[in-house]
Amino acid sequence: MSNIVIDESRCKACYLCIKECPKKLIKVSERTNNLGNNVVEFCDPDHECLGCAMCATRCPDLAITEVYRG
Amino acid sequence: MATQVFKIADTFRKDVKYTFCPGCDHGVAVRLVAEVLEELGLKEKAIVAAAIGCSVTIYDFLNIDALESPHGRAMAEATGIKRARPDKFVFTYQGDGDFASIGLAESMHAALRGEKISAICINNTTYGMTGGQLGPTTMVGQVTTTSPTGRNLEYYGYPIKVAEHIALCDGTAFSARVSLDTVANIRKAKQAIKKAFEVQLKGLGFGFVEILSSCPTNWKMTPEQAHDRVRNEMMQVFKPGIYKDITEKSGK
Repeated sequence: MSNIVIDESRCKACYLCIKECPKKLIKVSERTNNLGNNVVEFCDPDHECLGCAMCATRCPDLAITEVYRG
Repeated sequence: MATQVFKIADTFRKDVKYTFCPGCDHGVAVRLVAEVLEELGLKEKAIVAAAIGCSVTIYDFLNIDALESPHGRAMAEATGIKRARPDKFVFTYQGDGDFASIGLAESMHAALRGEKISAICINNTTYGMTGGQLGPTTMVGQVTTTSPTGRNLEYYGYPIKVAEHIALCDGTAFSARVSLDTVANIRKAKQAIKKAFEVQLKGLGFGFVEILSSCPTNWKMTPEQAHDRVRNEMMQVFKPGIYKDITEKSGK
């Protein structure tokens, strides 16, 4: 099962990953981090994630730290 | 069993946190450098000459040896390091203001001498750290804090196209311009950085990559709009591509 790991403390809320995900599995969360940003969250109830790592490649702040494909 | 397809490169310091503005492509460029250093196994022998500007913070993020240089002199310093320690892998990470404005003489002559160093120049068409002033790569008509009515051709002249100029130098082994506006272009950028590092390892000459990057803060745009600007305006003037690659010629 493919999934990604998000380090919320690094997210600066540029939201570039949201547009990049081909399955639209990344959303803006209600939670905020210690920078005061509404962080992004990974929401994949139907296990659609492809493990393409496009979100991690796009993220300019290393907030998406791990991507697993399988 | 799931296989890991992406991880933070070992070249980064532990618990690294970027200090760049949200959406800044510097973060992607530093990550690509870190990934290439790890892939080529250069972590222990790499020395970076850090420049002035937003690019200076690279030594806060990477766990490699670094030296800070005065304004524009990263290439002069890298030359010194490489000549004193030819066994080391030496590269610079500079912005356009540093590489192409105050340091143009150092950069150009390092390429002309064919120094066996690699250089990465981030082109965001403005001076980022000091507040978005008109720089050497500012495009004609672009509004900056020191050109509020747009870059005037009669007064300021034309922007410099660094990758083409470096490609004209006989000592250059590899010169390319890449962009970071899409994931496909980020992957191409990584290949170009790898090539620029490899020509130094093979002792062929000067390796150079110009990276078209966004500066959402000083362009006063959202990160997404900034990437649209890179695509629709910058890439029309600064055409991406490989301008010189001597390994390609000798291979044919």
